[in-house]
Amino acid sequence: MVTNTALKTEVNDETLRQQLESAVVRFAGDSGDGMQVTGGQFTLSAALAGNNLATFPDFPAEIRAPVGTTFGVSSFQINFGSRVIKTSGDEFDLLVAMNPAALFVELKGLKAGGVIILDTGSFSERNLRKAGYQNNPLEDGSLSGYRVIGLDISQLTLDAVKDFGLTNKEALRCKNFWTLGYVFWMFANKRKETVEWLRKKFAKRPEIAEANIAALNAGHALGETSETADGFQGFTIPQTEQAEPGLYRTVMGSEAIAWGLATGARLAGLKLTFCSYPITPASSVLHTLSNMAEYNVTTFQAEDEIAAACAAIGASYAGTLGVTSSSGPGIALKGEAIGLAIGIEIPLIILNTQRAGPSTGLPTKTEQSDLYQAVYGRNADSPLVVLAARSPANCFDVAIEAVRLATKYMTPVMILSDGYIGNAAEPWLIPDIDSIKPFPVSFRTDPENFHPFVRDEATLARAWAIPGTPELMHRIGGIEKSYDSGHISYDPENHQKMTDVRAAKINGIAKDIPPQTVEVGPERGPVAVVGWGSTYGPINRAVTNLLDMGKTVSHIHLNNIWPLPTNLGALLSQFDKILVPEMNKGQLLTVLRSEFLAPAVGINKVTGQPFKIRELEQAILAEMEA
Amino acid sequence: MNVVTPPAKLTAKDFATDQEVRWCPGCGDYAILKGVQKTLADIGAVPEKTVFISGIGCAARFPYYMATYGFHTIHGRAPSFATGVKLANPELDVWVVSGDGDALSIGGNHLIHLLRRNVNLQFLLFNNEIYGLTKGQYSPTSRAGTRSPSTPLGSVDNPLSATLLALAAGARFVARAVDSQQKHLPGVLTRAHQHIGTSFVEIFQNCIVYNDGVFADFTAKDKIAGSQIAVEHGKPLVFGADGKMGLHVKPGAFEIDVVEIGVNGITENDILVHDETNKVLATLLAGMQGPAFPVAIGVLYCDPAASYEQGVEAVKERAPSHNNGDLNSLLRSGHTWQVD
Repeated sequence: MVTNTALKTEVNDETLRQQLESAVVRFAGDSGDGMQVTGGQFTLSAALAGNNLATFPDFPAEIRAPVGTTFGVSSFQINFGSRVIKTSGDEFDLLVAMNPAALFVELKGLKAGGVIILDTGSFSERNLRKAGYQNNPLEDGSLSGYRVIGLDISQLTLDAVKDFGLTNKEALRCKNFWTLGYVFWMFANKRKETVEWLRKKFAKRPEIAEANIAALNAGHALGETSETADGFQGFTIPQTEQAEPGLYRTVMGSEAIAWGLATGARLAGLKLTFCSYPITPASSVLHTLSNMAEYNVTTFQAEDEIAAACAAIGASYAGTLGVTSSSGPGIALKGEAIGLAIGIEIPLIILNTQRAGPSTGLPTKTEQSDLYQAVYGRNADSPLVVLAARSPANCFDVAIEAVRLATKYMTPVMILSDGYIGNAAEPWLIPDIDSIKPFPVSFRTDPENFHPFVRDEATLARAWAIPGTPELMHRIGGIEKSYDSGHISYDPENHQKMTDVRAAKINGIAKDIPPQTVEVGPERGPVAVVGWGSTYGPINRAVTNLLDMGKTVSHIHLNNIWPLPTNLGALLSQFDKILVPEMNKGQLLTVLRSEFLAPAVGINKVTGQPFKIRELEQAILAEMEA
Repeated sequence: MNVVTPPAKLTAKDFATDQEVRWCPGCGDYAILKGVQKTLADIGAVPEKTVFISGIGCAARFPYYMATYGFHTIHGRAPSFATGVKLANPELDVWVVSGDGDALSIGGNHLIHLLRRNVNLQFLLFNNEIYGLTKGQYSPTSRAGTRSPSTPLGSVDNPLSATLLALAAGARFVARAVDSQQKHLPGVLTRAHQHIGTSFVEIFQNCIVYNDGVFADFTAKDKIAGSQIAVEHGKPLVFGADGKMGLHVKPGAFEIDVVEIGVNGITENDILVHDETNKVLATLLAGMQGPAFPVAIGVLYCDPAASYEQGVEAVKERAPSHNNGDLNSLLRSGHTWQVD
């Protein structure tokens, strides 16, 4: 039964709010309904209220799919609360559905007894049909297991903004802020930051800003002054405990990568040249860096993926830090150029924001299925360094480490991120860059005994001599080089030696990376759950929950995919069972089996959606009992 | 008395490396190498500031023979590497060396974008109308009907005109030269070097093994005068042994034709004067083919505009500064909160 609201006789009593440790809210509407903006503003407000949080923007590949269709539904999920939040949450406590299609698509993710806010004004015959409903769910009893708050949001918004002289279309665009105001009331969040954001965003059209603010306030006011039939008074979430003291902000993975690259280049004493070609979901890194000229960043939008990789290599050859970025299909195109960078042993960072594939696959959906491509995906024996980021904030540290390794060892480094990490946000204790140890690059200038492939004995890195340096003129290229002179060499023994030294250099990096640690759980025992990348959150929470239940299980999470940490084999041998959850068909699994002959078992999911904590708990338990 | 000795002027030989040149005996590339080395000496190039970048093919071995910085990259992509080099350090003097397969087939896309961006470098296209290094297959400039290992019955595709492509892509400097014409080639290369922006030079190069004599109809010694027109800015477009043949606007038509001074009432005043800033004229000159027309060599088009690097720098200067490049301030910008 739909609960409509009626005017209250008294103002809300805050003590009547239902207290939650954490809550999962999913905003869902048409692509044009502004759900991502709404979610972003809710995130900001929740963060400023001192909540821990994680977000998951989940939107269609189409920019504006036909209105009212299920494939045009754009959603934003946030999990926030007082305990440490590690994922964007499993089932939602609250679903905001701006139209029947959003309800149709998202209802299955709502907790039994969860709250639905929906815009009854959009539940027309036509919209119901487009969404695939035979009967109106508001009338057929199918929502009886939920707490439904049906509001004619469209009409309420029109009423709220009628004095601002907007067209009907413009007025209806304020719907999302009306709804946000209502949800703010529901969680007792503050509106101030959103009001400021709207005034800044629409500085050139103040009437739009003020209309949205009026809608926001009206939505909030309705919550305050109306009552639901069952007396529901909203939720309250206590402030986060245990957070490390310091200054915080929210950060998205794509921002953290961009800032980390710029910071890494600064620590290396290099300018950054970022060369990319637009591709979903990697482009936001290019957008962020394009605004960073003042931090010694040059960006180049190339004509294609290959040109982007080649320009980045050219930029490194000339003495800046070349970086190229893409998603899986684009990385495939860059393969030959990456091989050249391996052959000429030049620093290069390749960022892969993975998405579901093969081919175009699901461009806006996440997957971690490019591990084989990163580690093995080139012609010939062509090793490079592969690092994986585990969370949005972790992208910052991984980017810096990538720059350190690339410049110290004169090698390409591939960073694996994914669509989830790139778009998701989490709170971040802002680091002090001055406290990070710099790793300045020294270009070769001494002509004594110089040749381009003269190596450092410890690191096996070749000398980096850049054009413009007197007396060091030399020629390099893709043809095999003589170990002893750097000249072209077709000598069979020399090729063996050069292939060996390229591999030895990369393998040797294992000594320069942190040893593998155990995240939670014992260092030896019956079960280790081994993950990498964005599965960190769900694995960690699932393992923690199992530990709380009295089970003995450990979580190991890899940041270094290649070379692997030197102690990993010994560490894994301490466990009877090794489970490897991955959003692919078992790629790290293969690597662990082949490198360590480890009896590992995969837990695999490729739906384009992150793992849920509960499904991991169940899968781990099933394997433990098997 | 202290006398400062000026650095000795470098000669063509100073630009040669100790590496054995591995082109086939008689290859046109030798002549071009000689011409480029002479040009670098003529213009006073500084070896450590000079970079030769190439893709793949016979021509792409060029950097190994130049005592400068050199980068032998991958097939077709030299323009992209060169763009990255210039973005990183606009002060470097970059020469890209490419061939017809490298530049116009596998790397066609990069060439187009290099030219439209107008990156400040010299692009030398050694056109021999054949794939040499892979043993003689027809190339995108091979004439239709070319018999090769991959087209034993003759090729079907129409050839591409390198200079027309360059003009269409927005090149601001388009020139042509012939490998064996050593008096002419260094002059064209010097002009290319002077030009700011991408200087595109097509060099007709004879492949003695797989396509010998393919340009002989206008490059053979006895054919040059009657079948070539060496264009020069501000000078009448005349050719022929006695300079009596010329180009002229055909009355009543939007085209040019070949006329003879003194015949049919044609005087010197009727002959077109070369204006290298005129793109329409350049396009007409680039499109001329024998035997009806002479083949135009020299600087067909030169109309400078700001280079890509200049544009990039200008945009950077316009970019608003938020916190003077301080990354700590950047990370702390926007909404933050303190946890005590």
